[in-house]
Amino acid sequence: MNATQFLVIFISNIFIYNVILSRFLGLCSFIAISKETKPALAMSFAVLFVTTMSSVITWAIYRFLLIPFDMTYLRTISFILVIAAFVQLVEMVIRKAAPALYRFFGIYLPLITCNCAVLGVAVLNTDMFFGAETPALASFVYSAFQGFCVGLGYMLAMLLMSAIRERLETCDIPKAMKDFPIGFVIASIMSMAFMGFNGFRF
Amino acid sequence: MKTLFREFAKGIIRENPTFVLALGLCPTLAVSVSVSNAIGMGCASTFVIVFSNIMVASIKKTIPDKIRIPCFIVVIATFVTITEMALKAYFPPLNRALGIYVPLIVVNCIVLGRAEAFASKNRVIASLFDGIGMGIGFTLALILISAIREMLGAGKLFGLTVFPGFEPALAIGMPSGALLIIGLLLGFFNMLKERAK
Repeated sequence: MNATQFLVIFISNIFIYNVILSRFLGLCSFIAISKETKPALAMSFAVLFVTTMSSVITWAIYRFLLIPFDMTYLRTISFILVIAAFVQLVEMVIRKAAPALYRFFGIYLPLITCNCAVLGVAVLNTDMFFGAETPALASFVYSAFQGFCVGLGYMLAMLLMSAIRERLETCDIPKAMKDFPIGFVIASIMSMAFMGFNGFRF
Repeated sequence: MKTLFREFAKGIIRENPTFVLALGLCPTLAVSVSVSNAIGMGCASTFVIVFSNIMVASIKKTIPDKIRIPCFIVVIATFVTITEMALKAYFPPLNRALGIYVPLIVVNCIVLGRAEAFASKNRVIASLFDGIGMGIGFTLALILISAIREMLGAGKLFGLTVFPGFEPALAIGMPSGALLIIGLLLGFFNMLKERAK
């Protein structure tokens, strides 16, 4: 475990391989919920929390169940079930313990189950950090950190997009291009700007 | 017979999952760099849609209403795992090219959407045709996007040069190109819809 590795994970997940603009994970929610800043922020916090926690949980499942019993082919099915159950559990806890927070998240928390970013980061973690050369503790910390950074990257793209789209409300857009199509064109231009970060080399 | 054909045909144009319903866009954009990747992804998704539709339609009576979504997800994840293992065993280069987007078929909204909106309410045969139609519609959409991207972004089609001397626009092959092309195509199909009214 060293500091450079953390920096690499941080920069590459937020800027170079941004979860939305470069890896195309979680696009549905990105386009659908980015019309205003407030819901966009609520959704981003929910995603940030769930990606981090599900990275931790799926790491444990993979390390202590799937690898010892040689069942890594069950990765997809076990991860999606655990994530779905976890999101449901969080929703119930928040509803009971913090009603104000529950109202802030609204319907966005249950939606996250089907957000590809969450399953995507879990799969990426197992692909990247389970080589023979990575010790157990390091792979755990890297996985959790990568989950957190993917959530941050999602938040960054979401905030930029929602701010642009709020301005767009007053623009005169051809009827056929309204909503989804223009959203994709804007995302394309943002993605082009993020391509500039590709020049970073470590 | 006629209704079955209608179930089959609606997925291809009138309710095309990508351009009309705007579902399952994440894998669409990610794998559309080349036509051969797109066809691979389309076939894998079609397999999952068809078999999960059949399965959901045949067990719909035994699933309690409250936990139907987790049940559907288990069914879908099973078929995705089968696809993943088959791809790994028989098409390793394709599997490498598609990468993490193969397990992510689980969270493709088209599959769950069809299970929830169609297969859980209709009979097995109708669900089978619906699944095939939606799968083919999805595959055709993927082929359209990837053909545009491969031609403009690399000047090639199926890896063969189409326009000799054409300077490819690299940005189209990059992620930003995928977003641009899908945005313009969605706008174009919206326009057609407006005209048809």
